[in-house]
Amino acid sequence: MSIAAPMRAGARDLAHVAGAFGLGVVLLSAFLAIAGFHVAPALSALWNGAFGSWDNFTSAALVRATPLVILGLAFTLGSKAGTLNIGMEGQFAAGAIGTTWAGLHLGGVPPVLAVAVALAGGLIAGAAWVALPVILRMKLGVSEVITTLLLNFVGVAAVSYAVTGPLQEPSRIYPQSALIAPAARLPHLAAGSRLHLGFIFAIIIAGLLSLLLKQTAWGFRIRSVGAGPRAALIIGRMPVATIAATALLWSGALAGFGGAVEVTGVSYALYQNLSPGYGFTAIAVALLGRLQPTFVLVAGVLFGALEAGAAAMQRDAGIPAVAVQVVEAVVIITVLLTARRRA
Amino acid sequence: MIDGTIAVAFAAAAVRVGTPLGIAAIGETVVERSGVINLGIEGAMLAGAFGAAAGAAEGGVVVGVAAGVVAGLIVAALFAAIAVGARVDQIIAGTAMTLGATGLTGLFAQRVWGTTGAGLSLPTLQTVRLPLLGSIPFVGPMLFRQSVLTYAGYLIIPIATWLLFHTRFGLELRACGEAPTAAASAGVRVARTRTIATLLGGACAGLAGVSLVLAQVGTFTERMTGGRGFIAIAIVALGGWHPRGVAAAALLFGGATALQYMFQAVGSRVPYQLFVALPYLLALAVLAVAVGRRRGPAALGQPH
Repeated sequence: MSIAAPMRAGARDLAHVAGAFGLGVVLLSAFLAIAGFHVAPALSALWNGAFGSWDNFTSAALVRATPLVILGLAFTLGSKAGTLNIGMEGQFAAGAIGTTWAGLHLGGVPPVLAVAVALAGGLIAGAAWVALPVILRMKLGVSEVITTLLLNFVGVAAVSYAVTGPLQEPSRIYPQSALIAPAARLPHLAAGSRLHLGFIFAIIIAGLLSLLLKQTAWGFRIRSVGAGPRAALIIGRMPVATIAATALLWSGALAGFGGAVEVTGVSYALYQNLSPGYGFTAIAVALLGRLQPTFVLVAGVLFGALEAGAAAMQRDAGIPAVAVQVVEAVVIITVLLTARRRA
Repeated sequence: MIDGTIAVAFAAAAVRVGTPLGIAAIGETVVERSGVINLGIEGAMLAGAFGAAAGAAEGGVVVGVAAGVVAGLIVAALFAAIAVGARVDQIIAGTAMTLGATGLTGLFAQRVWGTTGAGLSLPTLQTVRLPLLGSIPFVGPMLFRQSVLTYAGYLIIPIATWLLFHTRFGLELRACGEAPTAAASAGVRVARTRTIATLLGGACAGLAGVSLVLAQVGTFTERMTGGRGFIAIAIVALGGWHPRGVAAAALLFGGATALQYMFQAVGSRVPYQLFVALPYLLALAVLAVAVGRRRGPAALGQPH
């Protein structure tokens, strides 16, 4: 797969990123105009929702960036080993279910331990959700693309079942769970801000993944398998299938962790539509970050800002938030085309 | 409770629900046989559904069908330009197409018809009872009291089979899917062949979207295809990359989905989400059992 090829990030990439984003916003404006919306108030709402104030940036943009960065890193890890995890939406949902279930049973547990258990619940659930695609790929050679994709829809159905069945709040009126134990919630980074510890986790994971891929033997193997599986098998004598499977498994676990952080840091409960498509947007984040963990972090913040702006656009200008997917599509295509030209 | 009438109703629903899946999947079969995997057919189907709704609201059913097919073609043409023309990763390019189509159709749908699609009243396709065939017990109401789009779906099966296996173009197309370099050496224009295949698949995906709107749902809502395009891709693998097998697989999925409506009507105690998930679980099971040992086109997904 061409996207697993090593890429160097540099100052010129920032120009490409800015260009891709700019082009996306220009095209969105054009479509808004064609559809008959007023473009200026829409763009103004988009900008203000993301960067209008320090509070908008931290409480809206960075809060939305957090799951995008974590899922973008999950996709990066899988892609480096030559696998395509298109199922992060489902793993995110599974992680949210696992964490909610754990979090509802953690009353009376000391805070640090409660948070750790709740997050572990999401990590494990995410790994469990990707386990079937991993096994099918390893044992039967079934491509993970379709299997992970299909499990997204099962994950959404599972959340729907959980919030109307076993995890429904006690009064049984609303399709949502009860709130998780306060001890299992992530602390906010500043009083009055909604930005939570999960954003710091995202930064740490980006740093760790960067170190892992560049400095460790496991990271070298992953990159070898992704860049050239035949060479890794024949010359490097590497267990290619196992290395790729392990990377995919951790990719799913990390995506589940993304769901865990969203529940413990933002929603404190399980809802339907907890993710507005983070699992797909994160693919764009990872590509825009050229599969380099530190750049994925930056790309995640940009897309978090875009999502925050989209929410504001829907609220203030009556434009469906789904419209920003146009920007995401343009960014993906632009990055694909420019990466190809330089390869 | 399961008497003859319910069985007939279920079988007819399976065919009706399976129609868009089958049309999209047979189109994607042609695409994949040429070595291209297009995850953008989800987006092409959604565009087709939007085109059908917009066209039918403005100019009636015929305009709706045409607009839906054209919308599917546009999405496929964009995909072909970047995935075949510029040779980027097909999976990612297809995902981008679906994202873009979801965004655009959502934007325009809200503008034109409001959030829920309630502002939309469409002329829909009535079922047409075929003479003689429609009177056969069980088989008649199941297969031959359907909309014209289902009949179009029946026709696409032999047409695609003929195109793929009995024409020179089909031979070249399959060569592009198995060994594009060898095909190119033999004088086949690989990019051109793959582009034509992708466009045929886009037209089918568009028609599938049309069938969803005009013969099944009767309105347009944001993200209304709900992964049917992705299921169509699984159906292609399940059907062994052959139009007849793919059509049978589509019917199976139509049945799995129709089951959901039936159990909801009966008021079963089994959680309905299980039936929502059933087609996807079935796809997984079938991929594991049937596809593991069966291989698709050798060069599937490889840019040339």
